[in-house]
Amino acid sequence: MVDLKVNGAAVSVDAPDDMPLLWVIRDILGMTGTKFGCGIAQCGACTVHVDGEATRSCVLPVSDVAGKSITTIEGIGSTPEGKAVQQAWLKMEVVQCGYCQSGQIMSASALIAAMPNPSDGDIDGAMSGNICRCGTYVRIREAIKDAGKSL
Amino acid sequence: MLDTLDVREPSFSRRTFLKATAAVGGGLIIGWIPEAGADQASLFAPNAFIRIDPAGKVTVVSPAIEMGQGTYTSLPMLVAEELDIDLANVTVDHAPPDAKHYGNPLVFGVQMTGGSTSVRAFFLPLRQAGAAARQMLIQAAAASLKVEAASLSSEPGFVVHAASGRRVAYGDLVDAAAKLPVPADVKLKDPSQFRIIGTPAKRLDVSGKVDGTATYGIDTKLPGMKIATVAASPVFGGKVKGFDEAAALKVPGVHQVAKIDNAVAVFADHYWAAKTGLEAAAVEFDDGPHAKLTTADIVADMAKAAEKDGAVARKDGDAAGAFAKAVIKVEATYEAPFLAHATMEPINCTVHATADGCDVWVGTQVPAIAQTVVAKTLNLPLEKVRIHNHLLGGGFGRRLEVDFIEQAAQFAAQAKFPIKVVWSREEDIQHDMYRPYYYDRLSAGLDDQGLPVSWQHRIVGSSIIARYFNIELKDGIDVDAVDGAIELPYAIPNVLVEYVRHEPPGIPTAFWRGVGPTHNIYVIESFIDELAAKAGKDPVEYRRALLQKNPRALGVLDKVAEMSKWGTSLGPRKGRGVSVQFAFGSYFAEVAEVTVSDKGVVHVDKVYAAVDCGVVVNPDTVVAQVESGIIFGITAVLHGEITLKDGRVEQSNFHDYEMLRIDQAPEIEVAIIKSSEAPGGIGEPGTSALTPAVLNAVHTATGVRLRKTPIKSADLAVSKKE
Ligand code: FES
Ligand code: FES
Repeated sequence: MVDLKVNGAAVSVDAPDDMPLLWVIRDILGMTGTKFGCGIAQCGACTVHVDGEATRSCVLPVSDVAGKSITTIEGIGSTPEGKAVQQAWLKMEVVQCGYCQSGQIMSASALIAAMPNPSDGDIDGAMSGNICRCGTYVRIREAIKDAGKSL
Repeated sequence: MLDTLDVREPSFSRRTFLKATAAVGGGLIIGWIPEAGADQASLFAPNAFIRIDPAGKVTVVSPAIEMGQGTYTSLPMLVAEELDIDLANVTVDHAPPDAKHYGNPLVFGVQMTGGSTSVRAFFLPLRQAGAAARQMLIQAAAASLKVEAASLSSEPGFVVHAASGRRVAYGDLVDAAAKLPVPADVKLKDPSQFRIIGTPAKRLDVSGKVDGTATYGIDTKLPGMKIATVAASPVFGGKVKGFDEAAALKVPGVHQVAKIDNAVAVFADHYWAAKTGLEAAAVEFDDGPHAKLTTADIVADMAKAAEKDGAVARKDGDAAGAFAKAVIKVEATYEAPFLAHATMEPINCTVHATADGCDVWVGTQVPAIAQTVVAKTLNLPLEKVRIHNHLLGGGFGRRLEVDFIEQAAQFAAQAKFPIKVVWSREEDIQHDMYRPYYYDRLSAGLDDQGLPVSWQHRIVGSSIIARYFNIELKDGIDVDAVDGAIELPYAIPNVLVEYVRHEPPGIPTAFWRGVGPTHNIYVIESFIDELAAKAGKDPVEYRRALLQKNPRALGVLDKVAEMSKWGTSLGPRKGRGVSVQFAFGSYFAEVAEVTVSDKGVVHVDKVYAAVDCGVVVNPDTVVAQVESGIIFGITAVLHGEITLKDGRVEQSNFHDYEMLRIDQAPEIEVAIIKSSEAPGGIGEPGTSALTPAVLNAVHTATGVRLRKTPIKSADLAVSKKE
């Protein structure tokens, strides 16, 4: 049994120690907003926050996060940064197929929490681990700046 | 009945009829039904219907599905415009292939979303259905208010009698309207009266996509469901030889190991156990006849095939004769690689097969084909197979295929519980169905002014059409493989375009975003640039000279030249390149600006696009799709290549099948030309126009002409500069 705190709620899961957090979230907790894209920390679709830091959950053994505070896309809207990012995403019409966007929003909200006025270079640094096959990058960049300003 | 309508969309022909009926539980249904016995061409003729319920809510049930392209917003806009209702009152339902669910006589034909066809196919039919419904509501109001129909008008959601100030809500009229005949003469709004079409509308499908609540096929959850993952023979055509079932079953959480001819799956409590179990099973394969195949073998065969004459797809004048007499002769060979789709949502399909039927939860571009293949696989009557379609985490042509649905059904037949089959990304890349390799030979003869008098283009490649539709090619021509090559926008007196069908062994091929034009426009627009260079002319001026009789093409070219300040200097190792195309019913011109490092690494700095796609339904969606298509194209020209070695796809995940990332993404500027022409497609042209613009820019920056993609930096490193 591993004890976790997910979006503020304490949960305890029966999972092998080496099981990546992604599959605990999706297949055991049944929260499907966090997405599977590559499984090797290459695409960012699985991004969650661990103690506020954007982390690829597909390569993170669940035993490493015991006792830590995990935020997923389902919970990010209750933080000011998460809410600002979600609103900016809708305002700028960022989303296409949407599959990558949970991960994009998690990375972006961690960025503006640390840096409300990121430069283009800061955005590149924080967001280049998140692939969008639909190519929404131009709008992601605008929306991050907009979200930062609204904070 | 359709004879009285202005139907410009050829795929929506007289084979369909507008029909109305009462909805079960109240309300009006109006839509198109195909005439019985429609032939194969009707595969491309999607049918739609509209429901108006007694609360005045409108639902568009559409076989065109949402895969990020904005269809679920554009189609309701068409209906709302003519029906005269606020967009907020219109929603879209995924269309199931099972008409039984609806208890009404409106049955779909085969459904397909692809080829940038959704708005093109629906533009008139949905407007006509909306307009007919509005006329019927007005008729019903005339009867209930006991006034002349001509004295009535509409305001969003209401029929209005101006003289008496009376208003009746649509919802109160639907039941009476459902009893009326469909008007024989449906009058559409004049475009000058549009209040919704052409006005930017917020996407209707997106709010669930920013808070994790939107569900894709991969998010399916069912009581008792197990998760499965699969290892198929790494060599296409290979078969399972053996596996260690006991070792797999020892992994905690694993329930079952199942085998089909060419693949093994492990069913488990969660994906991690399934994946660990599959590794433990250490599946061995008989590689079969393609065990030694390499890409080089395939290309060598294609080069040989390119020596032969092909089937003639277009012939104007005497291209060979004019070539022989030409002052300047130019010849070139171009190659385009196999490409994987790499949709962001890995391939998946959930199936529950029981004794009395089968349910399938999946995201597909072709629900009816999916239903058919599952019925066949499980030997069930069609109506016992229920497809529950989902949002697609990207389609790009991959989800026009049903190979993975068939596979999931084969495994599900061995399970006593529902299984969700999820492919690893490695399985997704290595068992895709790929954009074909193309091998093109071109020659042109120029006159003393440097203008082409002869154009010969021979295309060698796989026929997706023949395989997908299971048809004999008419006159040997695959209409997709030559799409974009036979409708050259340029005035050239002698033209010969040929197609040589060549099926590569050991690798399946399929449609890929931009389909035929993605390869043809790359080749043609690169070669036109070569001709301009040979003639010593500026690439924009050269194209202008050839487009004098083509005002819409000229319009986008002039616009993009102006936007990009064509002709001004960018500095060393930088350059602009241009492309012009007519494809998917739209005119497009793009200019790319690139910087090439001394090591030969290309960065695309900025892309300008000028678009004339006829009447625009949702302008912001057009811009978004063009941006998306451009990024997709840059990924392909810089990185995209699937290669075979020992019969196996060498690439496996995003580290070696790379995607463009935000730090490499260009700025993009899109201009839409105002037009009242019939709408063209916008999902794909951005992609097809991109590659030649970038390659032409690279030529300007370095002097090196690349005739093969993706770009290899070694060809452009400073030491290798020509
Ligand atoms: S799924 Fe974790 S980075 Fe791709
Ligand atoms: S929106 Fe489709 S992958 Fe990003």
